[in-house]
Amino acid sequence: MILINCPYCGERDQSEFSNGGEAHVARPENSENLNDKDWGQYVFYRDNPKGIFYERWVHSHGCRKWFNAVRNTSTDEILKIYKLDEKQPKLDRFTNTLKTPSGEPKVGSGNFTVKK
Amino acid sequence: MWKSPNPKKTYDVIVVGGGGHGLGTAYYLAKEHGIKNIAVIEKGWLGGGNTGRNTTIIRSNYLWNESAYLYDHSIKLWENLSQELNYNMMFSQRGVMNLAHNEHDIKEMKRRVSANRLNGLDTQWLETKEIKKLVPIMNTDNLRYPVLGAAFQPRGGVARHDAVAWGFAMRADEMGVDIIQNCEAQSIKTRSGKVEGVKTSKGFIRAKKVAVVASGHTSVLAKTAGVRLPLQSRPLQALVSEPIKPIINTVVMSNAVHAYVSQSDKGELVIGAGTDGYNSFTQRGGYDVIEETVRAIVELYPIFGKMKMLRQWGGIVDICPDASPIISKCEVKGLYFNCGWGTGGFKATPGSANVFAHTVANDEPHKINAPFNLERFSDGRLIDEHGAAAVAH
Repeated sequence: MILINCPYCGERDQSEFSNGGEAHVARPENSENLNDKDWGQYVFYRDNPKGIFYERWVHSHGCRKWFNAVRNTSTDEILKIYKLDEKQPKLDRFTNTLKTPSGEPKVGSGNFTVKK
Repeated sequence: MWKSPNPKKTYDVIVVGGGGHGLGTAYYLAKEHGIKNIAVIEKGWLGGGNTGRNTTIIRSNYLWNESAYLYDHSIKLWENLSQELNYNMMFSQRGVMNLAHNEHDIKEMKRRVSANRLNGLDTQWLETKEIKKLVPIMNTDNLRYPVLGAAFQPRGGVARHDAVAWGFAMRADEMGVDIIQNCEAQSIKTRSGKVEGVKTSKGFIRAKKVAVVASGHTSVLAKTAGVRLPLQSRPLQALVSEPIKPIINTVVMSNAVHAYVSQSDKGELVIGAGTDGYNSFTQRGGYDVIEETVRAIVELYPIFGKMKMLRQWGGIVDICPDASPIISKCEVKGLYFNCGWGTGGFKATPGSANVFAHTVANDEPHKINAPFNLERFSDGRLIDEHGAAAVAH
């Protein structure tokens, strides 16, 4: 269970929100000239990192507004929430807790909700 | 039951992932293709990933020809697997029922029953009174989404998840396959478009071919070799109840209200929930997903209303855009992927392993898995099984 701090409504349960997948995926320019491979990349391929992930959320059962988040998918810890017109925060601002690509974090999911 | 050797310096094939699919791949490589210099490397213990986390349901009632051939190839292997491996799979063909709750469900399922029958599968349509005969405890009319009929596949059923991993492991071990547990694959090394080996927690292991069968973590490993896969990883949950006397002797699934249930030989109800609505590797899952499933179960089976649940868990599933797997070569020579099984890979274990072994051994897909290639995400030949995949992707 995740608590998400909607930039418009404040902290609410994740079940009020819908996830919109990877953020900052731009539709390619001149898509009519793309070859099948590049078009397929845009339509079907999305990042799927274990660790720091930029993603979109919409507060479906609240204000119905979209916003972006940076989340660590190995712990579900939300590291940053920002509005659509704000700049994408740089990756090096966040520490990935994993030593190897498919390793496990020291602190498992959910434990971070205990007050630090 | 199997030796636990230290890794050799070099292998013909390294299989990454010691679940049913990976161990089965090693078994068929050794048995049918004469390749004996194989290592299966596993981060944790055998069958401790999604092989040990699923609800063990087996069926082949998929819509499209490609899927019907693949999943039914698997059922045919399941039917003889206890004999072949000389180990009891506890394969029980008690039937699998998919409920229809609205007009669209009825149309979709009748279409699927017809498609299945054209492909020689044993699926049939059941009216509500026939369902009541098979599952008398079901509440079919006094609920928000009444039960209007069902597609039923008698050859479907359940099997013991540990047994399939252990059975394949024992027989592969006897043929000389090295099964190496507590050995985490950290990255796949390539040089000029060719695979070199795998860097593991037990050092670098050289290999001519690397076959990745790492379910939820496949895309993460693929990335280390510079390969991008169209997968998204999400937690999928299941739960079991306290054991009770035999009460339900088939598997009942419902896509529309999202509830599926069967009863284990120990008497526990085995209940599958849905995936979380966001990418995650936490092997836990959200409580609201469990709540939704349990609510539907109680409405369908009021008699279960006061039961206690014993335990709940999550596994990380790798979901493909078209809800069909990828069993394919890729642009790196000697690197193969068997992934994207999403929420329903257990049923396919022997079939998937069998055709994947063929693909790895011959560097060419078997005709059954040829359509399940990576190219379909650029040429558009998708195999859309969102209707037949019981859990909403």
